[in-house]
Amino acid sequence: MTLSWFLVQCLNSLQYGLLLFLVASGLTLIFGIMGVINLAHGSFYMIGAYMAYALAPLVNATLGGGFFTTLMIGLVLAVALGYVLEWAFFSFLYEREHLQQVLMTYGLILVFEELRSILVGDDVHGVAPPPWLAGSVPLGDLMTYPVYNLFISAVCLLLALGMWFVLARTRLGMTIRAGSTNREMVQSLGIDIQFLYRVVFAAGVALAVLAGMVAAPASSVYPGMGNQVLIICFVVVVIGGIGSIRGALLAALLIGFVDTFGKVLFQQAAGVLVYVLMALILLWKPDGLFKAS
Amino acid sequence: MLDHRQISVLLGTLALALWPLVTGNFGVDLVAKTMIYAIVALSLELLVGTTGLVCFGQAAFFGLAGYAAVKLSPEGASASLLWLLPASMAVAAAYALFMGALSLRTRGVYFIMVTLAFAQMAYYVVHDTPLGGGTDGIYLYVKPVLALGNVTLLDLERPLTMYYVVLGCLVAVFAALALLARSRFGRALAGIKANEQRMRAAGYSTYPYKLAAFAISGAIAGVGGFLFAVKDGFVNPELLSWHLSGAVLIMIILGGLGHLRGAVLGAFAFALLQELFKSEAIFGPFAKHWLLGLGLTIIASVAWLPHGLIGIADSWQRRARRAAVVGVS
Repeated sequence: MTLSWFLVQCLNSLQYGLLLFLVASGLTLIFGIMGVINLAHGSFYMIGAYMAYALAPLVNATLGGGFFTTLMIGLVLAVALGYVLEWAFFSFLYEREHLQQVLMTYGLILVFEELRSILVGDDVHGVAPPPWLAGSVPLGDLMTYPVYNLFISAVCLLLALGMWFVLARTRLGMTIRAGSTNREMVQSLGIDIQFLYRVVFAAGVALAVLAGMVAAPASSVYPGMGNQVLIICFVVVVIGGIGSIRGALLAALLIGFVDTFGKVLFQQAAGVLVYVLMALILLWKPDGLFKAS
Repeated sequence: MLDHRQISVLLGTLALALWPLVTGNFGVDLVAKTMIYAIVALSLELLVGTTGLVCFGQAAFFGLAGYAAVKLSPEGASASLLWLLPASMAVAAAYALFMGALSLRTRGVYFIMVTLAFAQMAYYVVHDTPLGGGTDGIYLYVKPVLALGNVTLLDLERPLTMYYVVLGCLVAVFAALALLARSRFGRALAGIKANEQRMRAAGYSTYPYKLAAFAISGAIAGVGGFLFAVKDGFVNPELLSWHLSGAVLIMIILGGLGHLRGAVLGAFAFALLQELFKSEAIFGPFAKHWLLGLGLTIIASVAWLPHGLIGIADSWQRRARRAAVVGVS
């Protein structure tokens, strides 16, 4: 246990936590504003990762490549996907019970997972990071840290800042915040709530897809990867408090650290630790750390 | 005079009892498995349909009871059904108490997520710790028996005995839940579902009632887990997978929420759908993507069948009655 070892684990925790935040913030935003529990949110992460795998060769062949070009194309596709999904499946779930939302979105998971299997197959794939991010930086005498993982953290931080700016400082953010507190009032003020919902949903999908695309080169791309992320994101939302972006950030970082250090220090109980943390927080604060009113 | 509900239950039981006479090993095994799922669906119906608590963690009780049945069996000798079944149920009920005590502090959509997360915690306990034997699971080499002195009454090694034990358990669970619904306790649970505030105002402390419902539901799901482990002779972490919790939830919705018959009907409808979409004769090479068909069916049934299969029967009856009234007048 040296200082550089500790530093590497901290960087890993930070990266994992920020990535979780990206996925969980979409989940909590969609729930906070539209009141819909979306189990298929993990699938968007999976779709993102597979997009990174499948789009890169296509982009290389047609547009001459480029990591950012791929990201941008993925982002556009994600927004379109979110927009269509909201229109086709979610728009009539708002008035339904949570139970029916759970079932419908569970059905969507099965559909997405099988479509993925038909289109890309069930193999595990690796995605190469772009050459200019492929190296690693030395840490101390013996350890190195991949540049790409630093890049992930930086992208996530930038997006988190961007999200904060949009929500806290722009007119759109103001309507979104208002919409989450009082839906009817916003509607009676003449704001098109239908459109607002569609924008929020598309943004949530885009965040999850982006998280998947950015994460793909650092982890492998495999079937079922969305489900694992989904359940951990539920834990993030429960700990942070539903609808609270600030809570999601704090909870995601907390889980990042607990999970990463748990995996290296207590290997046999690694999977359980995150849930123990959730149990403790539920005992202390049943509504999560930051309850959005 | 029996009403149509009691007649349908009696006819269903009779059909299940006669089923092994008309089918082979495959049919017996399939229906035995489906009846086990029906037991788990009934246990969830107590929480979701009766009490109004949407629990997404039923697989944890099911799987933990299965693991308990295997771990508690003595090696190389058969355990007695008389203590192994209650012991497995107790393990499931204990975890249900733990899960209920914490998750009942939350409500609504929180509750769904928290129950799912605690079920996942149980999954990782059997998956990661040396207790559970990892991904491969563990085997039950000698199945339990029910013996009186030296006479073996029930030997679960025989598939047919197993079938009738499962059927007996299903009937017992159904009867117990039907009685429970008529009891003071059952009425209180229904009251909590209808209006918890009013129940509190009427002087009921609702938390212990809900917690008790959780423990009972866990114990019943435990019966299912025990039977599953004994029938197949092995357990693996997939018994605790959240896909099972989702499947059981779909069964009770598909059948019709708020009816015990609905839970059983749903379990059979689900099994039928599964066999249909898995059939290579109909879907050819797409049969291995059977989950796609299942997913689309789930989406369609949420969109167009919110009251489940029982709901169709009810609306037919109403229509028939209306037609009769029109005919008379």
